[in-house]
Amino acid sequence: MKPAEALAVILSVLADIAPEVDSDEIDPGVDLTEQLDLDSMDYLNWMLGINQETGIEIPERDYPKFRTLHGAVDYLVGARV
Amino acid sequence: MTDFKMPSLGADMDRGKVVEWLLKEGDPFERGGVIVLVETDKGIIDVEIWDSGTMEEIVVGSGEEVAVGTVIARYRPAEEEPPPIVVTLPEVGEREIAEAIEGPAEEEMRPAAVTAEPAWAVGANEARHPHVTPPIRHLAHHLEVDMGTLIGTGPGGSITRGDVERAARPPATRPEERLLISPRALRVAEELGIDPASVAGGGPGGVITEDDIRAQAGPTEPPAVATESVQPVVEEDGAEKQRLAMRRAIGQVMARSKREIPHYYLGADIDMTRALAWVEEENLRRSMADRLLPAVLLLKAAARAIGDVPEVNGFWLDDAFQPSDDIHLGVAVSLRHGGLIAPAIHHADQKSLDELMTALKDIVARARTGRLRSSEMSDPTITVTNLGDRGVGEVYGVIYAPQVALIGFGKATPRPWVVDGLLGIRPIVRATLSADHRVSDGHRGGIYLQAVDRYLQEPEQL
Repeated sequence: MKPAEALAVILSVLADIAPEVDSDEIDPGVDLTEQLDLDSMDYLNWMLGINQETGIEIPERDYPKFRTLHGAVDYLVGARV
Repeated sequence: MTDFKMPSLGADMDRGKVVEWLLKEGDPFERGGVIVLVETDKGIIDVEIWDSGTMEEIVVGSGEEVAVGTVIARYRPAEEEPPPIVVTLPEVGEREIAEAIEGPAEEEMRPAAVTAEPAWAVGANEARHPHVTPPIRHLAHHLEVDMGTLIGTGPGGSITRGDVERAARPPATRPEERLLISPRALRVAEELGIDPASVAGGGPGGVITEDDIRAQAGPTEPPAVATESVQPVVEEDGAEKQRLAMRRAIGQVMARSKREIPHYYLGADIDMTRALAWVEEENLRRSMADRLLPAVLLLKAAARAIGDVPEVNGFWLDDAFQPSDDIHLGVAVSLRHGGLIAPAIHHADQKSLDELMTALKDIVARARTGRLRSSEMSDPTITVTNLGDRGVGEVYGVIYAPQVALIGFGKATPRPWVVDGLLGIRPIVRATLSADHRVSDGHRGGIYLQAVDRYLQEPEQL
């Protein structure tokens, strides 16, 4: 997956979970749960949404790698579809 | 003809606005169905009816706001055959038999209760049977038994638990197992001429959403876009108004709780090593969609511990504690624009961890989109708040009157912990109990928290 593609998927799933968030305002290096006020249910839904959109199975131990926008994009770019 | 009144959907509600009727005069409806959308300080609620029948007259139309207890519609209850069990029961008086055959004598309905009583306690049908204790009434409500059709076999013709259970319908017809579809999606399905049963639910908990229906129907027509482009301006203003209204409502209930309920507070540290290791291992085996959150174990343990100390579960009404046989866990859900709602997960103690997870996902999603049902708003018998996600170490909550207890869970934090004389590092959660001193005391409260701990030490048994 290309970085731009990954970013688009990530942001579109985030928009469902935190509809009021302006994606231009997200600091890609800062923890998303704090930035966007995501709780564990939001985070779970976010992981699930990315899985549904991309078909990439994310093991639970990798969930923390998605904590920043940079981390999430890197993960999807590196993942085998 | 029976009156349908504006229900009380929680102690903090004294008025409600009819947003939309989902049926017209002359339309039939089924028990447990959603018939009207009502806007409260906590959002728009799907209001259910606990009777089957035909809508005769809509008294309060869309857009009108009225006080709780105001008659908003009149309906004709369905003529129901008395259950065959009636004739076989011993000790049935002549009057009861006559009633069973001819239907109950028409009695005056109780005046609208504008009190803190949960909505299930003020239903029109229940009023025909004064000799019903709240737990039995609650049971009837949940088994969907119409009290008007029951023959009491208890002392003085009172209705017993057995009467209600015998009359309960087979589980397959309960609303939980019917098609899960949002009212809006149902309407869209009707408009587009689509059979909802043929659509796979893509929403939380498999609920069929409007999007699912539209996806089935193919490309949407342009008019929908035109209306949406006007919406945002109105919505933003409404959202702010709603935020303030909710703040005010929460403030009123909490102030009343602090004024009237003599709270006592307890806290206990719980070693979560086993519980967290169990969830982790379990999740390794599961697909992403089926994974559990540790919060579900906390909810289940909190619900099961009520079996050990039942006096934390129920309501303080009319200067007395009215225990609840059912355990409906109110789960505090924070809303993205501020405020919170604590809707019920019904019969939480009887649900498996998977069922609880599904229920939790569903209720959190609906709490945030404003699609809760009236029974979920009015039924909680105890509330749980879990602030661990926010890094909170401990939370001593304010009891949501007329409930008598609130359980809090903080964040699981690695802490030095002694096991069998050896110091180790363990994930510890602080569990707290705020409870009503009129009903229980610190000793019993302590046993409750101990029980929560005990259940969490055997996660595979939860």
